[in-house]
This record gives sequence, C-alpha cells and structure tokens, in this order.
Amino acid sequence: MTFRGTLLFAGGVLASLGLGWIAFPHAIYTSRQQPVEFSHKIHTGSAGMQCEDCHALREDGSYVGIPPLEQCAGCHTEPTGQTAAEKNFIEKYVTPNREPPWLVNARQPENVWFSHTPHVRLAKLTCARCHGDQGTLDKPRVYQEDRISGYSRDIWGKPVANVKGPTQTGMKMDDCIECHRAAGLEHSCLDCHK
Amino acid sequence: MISENKGNKKARYGMSIDVDRCTGCGGCMVACASENNVAPANPGANDRKGLTWIRVFKVDNGQEYPNKRSVFVPMMCQQCGEETPCYLACPQQAVDVDPSTGIVGQMPERCLGCRYCMAACPYHARYFNWWDPVWPAGMEKTMNPDVAPRMRGVVEKCNFCHGRWHAARQKAAASGNRVLDPADYVPACVEACPTGAIRFGDLSDASTEVARNSKTPDSFRMLEKLGTEPKIYYMSKRQWVKEIAEAPKLTPQKEPARG
Repeated sequence: MTFRGTLLFAGGVLASLGLGWIAFPHAIYTSRQQPVEFSHKIHTGSAGMQCEDCHALREDGSYVGIPPLEQCAGCHTEPTGQTAAEKNFIEKYVTPNREPPWLVNARQPENVWFSHTPHVRLAKLTCARCHGDQGTLDKPRVYQEDRISGYSRDIWGKPVANVKGPTQTGMKMDDCIECHRAAGLEHSCLDCHK
Repeated sequence: MISENKGNKKARYGMSIDVDRCTGCGGCMVACASENNVAPANPGANDRKGLTWIRVFKVDNGQEYPNKRSVFVPMMCQQCGEETPCYLACPQQAVDVDPSTGIVGQMPERCLGCRYCMAACPYHARYFNWWDPVWPAGMEKTMNPDVAPRMRGVVEKCNFCHGRWHAARQKAAASGNRVLDPADYVPACVEACPTGAIRFGDLSDASTEVARNSKTPDSFRMLEKLGTEPKIYYMSKRQWVKEIAEAPKLTPQKEPARG
C-alpha cells in the first residue's frame, strides 16, 4: 500500500469514528436546558442541607420526588444570595407562583414500578449509588433527550462500550438487575414491572 | 435466571372461592377492570374478544325444571404452581412464575402476540388485546397509576392485583419490614365481593383462612387431574358443583360478558 493509500485509509477510519461517536449522538439527542440553573452544591454545601430535606419519603413510603415550588418558596420568596440564577428563579417562578418545568433525568417508562423506600430503608443505598454526583453539582447537567424514545440520555448507567463511569452508578434496567441479582433478590419481571 | 429467595418470607398466594356464596353480581369483574386499567370494551368486542381478567360464569346441573340448579363460578388465572402451561408454551419468556410469591406474571412488553399461552391455558384465563385500549374523554383520569395499560397485540391476565402487592411492599418497607402485612395486600375482587365469597391469602401459612379453606372436604380445584397445581381453591357443599371442576360445561351466557 502506498503512503497516500495508508493516509486515506487512516483518514477514513477517523472520519467514521468521528461520525459515530460525535456527530451521531448530536443527531439522535436534542439538548435542553433545565428551567432553573439550580445548584445542588450550594444547598448541600454552604446551606448545609441533606438530600432528605427536599427529596423526602412520606410516611406511607411514597416519594415526593422533586419538591413542589412552595417548599422552595419557604426560603426563596426574597433572594437569599447574590446569584443571577436565584434572582431569575424568583422572578420567573416564585413570584408568579408557577412550577418550574423540571426535566427529570431519572424518569422511567410507565411500566416500571419503582419505589425509593425499599432501596433506602431496607437496602440502605445512598442517593449517590444510583444518582451519581448529582447532589454535589454546581449546575444541572444539560438534559439530552433521545429524539426517538423521549428519555434522557443521562441516566448515568453503563455507556455503550460497557465501561462504567467513575461513579459506578446506573438507572438502566441492566443496572437494576445487576444489583438485584448480586443481592439474591431477583425473582420475577413483576418485581419491578407493573 | 431467577435467583433464590433471600430475606423475604416465601409466600404462596392463593384464593378460596365459596361458590355457594357467590350471587353472580359481577362486582368482582367491575372492580377488577377498574383496578387493572382494563378499558371499556371496544364496540367490536364479542364474547371471545373482550378482556375479562375475572369472569363469572353461570353453570347449571344440566337438568330441567323443577330440578334445575345453577351456580355462579368466578374464573380467573388459576396461578398454576406446577408445569404452568402458559409459562411452558411462551416462546418469548414473557411469562414467569415468581418463586417468592407463586404469582404467574405476564410481561406485555415481551409478548409477541402468538397466543400460544391462550391455547395452552386450560382455564381460558388469558385474554388478547385485539384493539388498543381507548378510554372515553375524562375517564382516563380514573386510571390506576400502579398498573401499566397494555397495548394492542399482547396477551394479559390476572396477576393478583400486582400493583397492590407493590404498594403493600412499599408500605412494609417504610417501617423497615420485608414481610407484608396481609391486610395491606388484598386484590380488588376480594375487596369488592359483597358476600365474602372470595378470600385471599398465603397458602403456605397454615393460620390463614385460605389455607384452612383449601383443606376442607368441600374444597376442590378446577381440572385438578391435569396436575397444574392451581392456587385457586373453590368450595361447595354440593356434589354436582364439584363435578363440574373435572368435566366442565362452562357455557357462557347468551348475553355477552364483555370486559
């Protein structure tokens, strides 16, 4: 093979990889910003809050999810800091009393019956076990929505190359099964499906 | 694929149905459909194509007046414990038997709609979605969030109100328990039955009413000779009723019982 041929071949390989790894994800995911540039880092850091202060379990075991606006408004009717994000949040949502349209990365399909309670109370999992470093992020990640399925790309689990990220977390079905199987708690599809 | 049980007490959920108490009101059928998001019947649905996870059949002793006697028999998935026919027939692994509860589960997302399971089921307890479910405007607000609706082209059936099992399990977990409180897990048909004909509980626990009922001489199971070990126990004091279980003449009513 000539030098020119080798160069062309290598260029072709690089171009294909670039298409597959960089261009294709842009084609199948649309990127959307969260309505509020919410900082978990400030809330769990200098404000000294725990995850459960906002993301609580109710007495019957159900989970409140993202707290309602009124809970945020409990502290944020007036700006408590200097950030533009907070000012923006108060002007756009708290004052007109409008719920921010949060984009939920962890949203599961409708045939999944997931309850936080057994995972937190019985299995004693930490939030970060499945949600990764969400609780320490300074600003929310860009929400990448799959154009076909409508679900978030960022459900943390194993990437395509089957190598786990640094957080060792995941919310895909395989990740659930892996943990359930290791714990000897895998009985039936209906364990988690409905 | 299915790992051994750990932590949870192994249960074997079952029912006892006292057919002598059943008045044939059909309350269980209504409760079942609303609990499990079974949409109102499609206009094209007939006796064969409706969705009725539980269905009350009227059976008689085959004699003429004045000796004619009738009985109402609620039929649903019999939750076969051995050689479960649908489980064995399914080419998609869309059916499984949960070793921790004994419940035969159906996964509509895996189902390809071949209906081998329906052919295999000796009890005609499985139903095929011939149409996509449609709720009249406004009625979709009454849907149960704990049960996922099914789509056209898949099979569905009774799973002992699995959404309620999930809710009961969640409630138990909230107080740090792995074992469910029996009062928290009661299927809709059992709750709705005005005469208390249908009872539900853990057959492996000798103290439950269903376990005691299953051992009475009045108790029988449908097509017991097949050896599928169903977990629905019927009860009657009348001999001819017990005989229908072995040679069923369950002819549906003229009026179509549409789901």
